[in-house]
Amino acid sequence: MVVKMEGGFLQNLGRIYAIYTGVFLAFTVLIGILEQLGVPNRFLGYMYVFGTLMVYAVIGILSRTGQLTEYYVAGRSVPAFYNGMATASDWMSAASFIGMAGSLYLGGFDSHAFIIGWTGGYVLVAVLMAPYLRKFGQYTVPDFFGARYGGNVARLIAVLVLITASFVYMVAQLVGVGIIASRFLALQFEVAVFAGLVGILVCSMMGGMKAVTWTQVAQYIILIVAYLIPVTILSAQVTGVPVPQLMYGQAVEKMEALEKTLGILNSHVNPFSNARGEYEFLRMLNFLALTLCLMVGTASLPHILMRYFTTPTVREARQSVGWSIFFIYLLYFTAPAYAVFAKLEVYQNVIGQPIAQLPAWVAEWGKVGLVVVNDANRDGILQLAEFRIQQDAIVLATPEIAGLPYVIAGLVAAGGLAAALSTADGLLLAMSNAMSHDVYYKMIDPKADTAKRMLISRVLLVVLALLGAWVAGQLGADILFLVAWAFSIAASGLFAGLVLGVWWKGTSTAGAVAGMLAGFGTCMFLLLMSEFNGPQLKVWLDAIAPGSAIANLRGRQVCNFWGISSISVGVFGIPISFLTTIIVSKLTTPPPKEMQDFIDSIRIPTGEVKMASGEAPAH
Amino acid sequence: MAAKQLTMEEAKAHWAKTSTLMWTMLAIWFFLSFVIHIFARELNAIHILGFPLGFWFVAQGSITGYVLICFYYGSAQEAIDQEFGVAEE
Repeated sequence: MVVKMEGGFLQNLGRIYAIYTGVFLAFTVLIGILEQLGVPNRFLGYMYVFGTLMVYAVIGILSRTGQLTEYYVAGRSVPAFYNGMATASDWMSAASFIGMAGSLYLGGFDSHAFIIGWTGGYVLVAVLMAPYLRKFGQYTVPDFFGARYGGNVARLIAVLVLITASFVYMVAQLVGVGIIASRFLALQFEVAVFAGLVGILVCSMMGGMKAVTWTQVAQYIILIVAYLIPVTILSAQVTGVPVPQLMYGQAVEKMEALEKTLGILNSHVNPFSNARGEYEFLRMLNFLALTLCLMVGTASLPHILMRYFTTPTVREARQSVGWSIFFIYLLYFTAPAYAVFAKLEVYQNVIGQPIAQLPAWVAEWGKVGLVVVNDANRDGILQLAEFRIQQDAIVLATPEIAGLPYVIAGLVAAGGLAAALSTADGLLLAMSNAMSHDVYYKMIDPKADTAKRMLISRVLLVVLALLGAWVAGQLGADILFLVAWAFSIAASGLFAGLVLGVWWKGTSTAGAVAGMLAGFGTCMFLLLMSEFNGPQLKVWLDAIAPGSAIANLRGRQVCNFWGISSISVGVFGIPISFLTTIIVSKLTTPPPKEMQDFIDSIRIPTGEVKMASGEAPAH
Repeated sequence: MAAKQLTMEEAKAHWAKTSTLMWTMLAIWFFLSFVIHIFARELNAIHILGFPLGFWFVAQGSITGYVLICFYYGSAQEAIDQEFGVAEE
């Protein structure tokens, strides 16, 4: 930094990130000017992507560290406000940034389960977990299982659940990077994935959590600016007021009127209805089930929970959950506006128009297959049934719908990339920390010194990243449906153990271990059976009660559970893990006095943590 | 200030208050997450600023509530901790 500063980095966070934001906006203006001067789009795209990647790399290198507390928990020095920003970009993935508005567009009311599901979990994090995990104050989420449930069995199961849920999630982020980079930079998919991999590793390898934290803050700023600008301008054009989050009410009214004119029976705003607009109870049940799984999953995913180990105090851990959801909210309460403005544009300016006179964005995104126009009845007019739009097109095409120059489209690509990279960073670190700290240090070699532990962690980071990139390159978009599984897996495996561990002193080790195994086992069994052996599962489920159905999805015979879609399998796993934990705890010896004291000590913010095993608490 | 040691009774009272706050927050959360959306069809008959109310809740209303819950909880729990003298400096 060339700017003169009093005090260190942490004392000047506000100034540093304000300058950073200013430089980023100036950079955007510069690219805009270059575009006007006739520099080709592809070159501008490269500038954006490599420009931002370089910034992340510089932050990653400046944050390098040789200290364990800095590497694992960012030195427990991240103020609530910034931890909120880092958590928000840790949380919001390529799916939130690029895909969500599109799924709202396509799915209407029912798809908004993702809006409430991917935010409501933070209430659970705030009230049930974050302050207690912070007071506990070790390095990883499995650490909590190890300390509370006395030993390595619970710890190892927690690691297993963590790796299972995080790995598929990380692969999906790499696929996201590949899709964005191949679309905007015309790179080959595998090359793009590899480039993303380098971007992820430079952020995390040398500085661990410390580096990931400060790059995530930088990535949040880029992704939120990129998300808000196009729709804000579009709102100004359509309604005259640049506040899309409020003004899209007008667009909703116009859209509803057009739905009637076009003869659309199921309105965008109509809950739990089929294509004919008729209410179906099962749709409501699936909506509620999905909402629950996404929320409980949010509150169980270790890459999110570990962020609350990094604040200086318990008080700031609580406040930082507030900031986390606030920063997530800025994107999430805008996404429904994206969907409605796009729908209005389609109904107003695309459907019913002569095919020769469609808006330019339709042809532009038609080239890459995100929009399909097919004049089936050859009358030269585009009918509703002759137009198809892919989920990703909504956010990507909005800059062009608003008639904005390429620089804004490039900005959106940089934002999507930031979203994917920041989430992948967090997931990768959660996995390598669990393997290096919980498996290697706690179970294999407790005498390992700091240098060795960090070396192991860094090696694992590279190995896991390479493995993830390889899987992403092999399977590509085929793996995306697995992401939704991660929430149910984490929720079924970890939630009961975490919550009851703090809130019910009677939870015994045997109870927790049995509960984790039962929840995780049920969830994995049902998921794998429903996806890969649907007909057999249907036979078994029918033997209990009729009502399960088979659908042809992803080229397989996929079975649902009495009408509940497999994405919401957590509604079975979560209660089973709670019930098993409680029943087995009641049947076994309750935790000893030392464990009760340990629980008491993490329930209040001040005072020492009394580790039951006699270990020294970490600082 | 050295960390205050709570007596058994104080610790119990502190946790009772904390638990009440937890259940209150979760009750509001449950209402905003599940109960209100069950009535989305009925709420959609009411329009505010162009929004059918049931749709507004699922798109923006519930999540606005979550943000408020999280901030309110932070200050309410802090007040409990201060009352018992266990808040951090």
